[in-house]
Amino acid sequence: MAKKKFDNLQGHFLELIRRTSTIMPKDVVKAIETGRDSEKPGSPARSTMDAILEDIKLSGRTSIPLCQDTGTLIFHIDVPLSIIHKDLILTIEKAIAEATKKTFLRPNSVDPITGKNPGNNLGPGLPQLHLHQWDKDYIQARLMLKGGGSENVSAQYKLPDTGLKAGRDLKGVYNVVVDAVWKAQGKGCAPGIIGIGIGGDRPSGYECAKEQLLRPLHDINKDPKLAKLEEDLFRDLNKLGIGPMGFGGNTTVLGVKAGYRMRLPACYFVSIAYICWSARRKRMVLHPDGKINYYDW
Amino acid sequence: MIWRSEMAAIKIKFPVSESEIRNLKVGDEVLISGIMVTGRDAAHKWMVENHPTEIADALKDGCIYHCGPIVGKDKKGGYFFVAAGPTTSIREEPFTPEVIRHYQVKGIIGKGGMGAGTLAACKEYGAVYLHAIGGLAAELGHRVKKVKGVYKLEFGVPEAMWVLDVEDFPTVVTMDSHGNSLHDIVEADSGKIRDSLIGIAK
Repeated sequence: MAKKKFDNLQGHFLELIRRTSTIMPKDVVKAIETGRDSEKPGSPARSTMDAILEDIKLSGRTSIPLCQDTGTLIFHIDVPLSIIHKDLILTIEKAIAEATKKTFLRPNSVDPITGKNPGNNLGPGLPQLHLHQWDKDYIQARLMLKGGGSENVSAQYKLPDTGLKAGRDLKGVYNVVVDAVWKAQGKGCAPGIIGIGIGGDRPSGYECAKEQLLRPLHDINKDPKLAKLEEDLFRDLNKLGIGPMGFGGNTTVLGVKAGYRMRLPACYFVSIAYICWSARRKRMVLHPDGKINYYDW
Repeated sequence: MIWRSEMAAIKIKFPVSESEIRNLKVGDEVLISGIMVTGRDAAHKWMVENHPTEIADALKDGCIYHCGPIVGKDKKGGYFFVAAGPTTSIREEPFTPEVIRHYQVKGIIGKGGMGAGTLAACKEYGAVYLHAIGGLAAELGHRVKKVKGVYKLEFGVPEAMWVLDVEDFPTVVTMDSHGNSLHDIVEADSGKIRDSLIGIAK
């Protein structure tokens, strides 16, 4: 990296992590407020949504993480040609270790073979970095934190699924998504946001689904067929009546976003990435002269 | 479903009497105060395999909270809770009936509910499952007034058994001591809607 450009990259990434962990995106807050208004006054669903909104304000004021499960850090970064990826990765790893010391992150990486937690959120496979080279001179870094509870209720289906009357078409996609959200009940910390990846192979289908979670809730899918699928599912998933935390209520999902990848003729995967109401994401745009902006999507 | 939500939230202090627990019904909003002990996967395995006596006093007529907190250390070396939302409880289902029986625990606090074994143990021994609000990490961290101690810190901060003094910790009873589970009710009701959305006749 040229010394005159991009000073204090570690500090900027530390701040990106802090903001992502402690400040809720405005579009998600708005969706939670709308959901809260739809719940019956005096019901546990209503009390729960009120408590969530108060907690969001508390975290923002005090830099306390929005959830103690600060999850897996997933970065999508557009990198100028002047930056060597290897150096950027080392810098980000240092920022993550520092953020963990400062309690913006919980020590969340566990070795599955030894059971040991190194305490710094690092280890094989971490952090999850998607680095894309581009010809602009500034860095654009997106960060999403995705916790374990919601990850456990995410799912991948193969079409056709005869038990679910799901053929290889968008009605089939609809059916398996309904099934997945029903199976999740409140366990993913409902109300959740649903990212759908149609097609791909097993890992790329899930990648596609998770990328949908970076979209702002109010955007409209450019593909009219997918826009209709998103609209239908958003309306109908809330008819399930699972409600916040599965207490019963009108707000089971805050949004539904779908994308696709080309598939093999033999395969038709539908991948469902379920994220909890604490859908933590931020985008940082950092110029070489130090000018910096943060966005909620 | 009938909610007793017209009543103000019920206040419970642990250690608690069996009769207070038997009075609680599914849907009750309960504010918890008193002594609370955290415990996750490693702790439950330890309790069931070793029946350790050092935590018996804290747990008798008390409550276990399924939580892997973020904990800070102050300048004097004492601990304080930064963030303390619940973790998914169902992972502790294999251990919980035995924990309720052996340690006489009266409250299980967590997220997502538990299974038939726990529901039966709640009925037999007089205990309830109290659902905390997932993600309410900052607020719940604030309801921890004092960290009284910690056992098995070698399990790591999220997995250790933290002994806490809490005040007005908000929960909802979703499994009571009479065999009722809100989770079963919501699953069944939402299952009928799912079937009609998918087009499955049952």
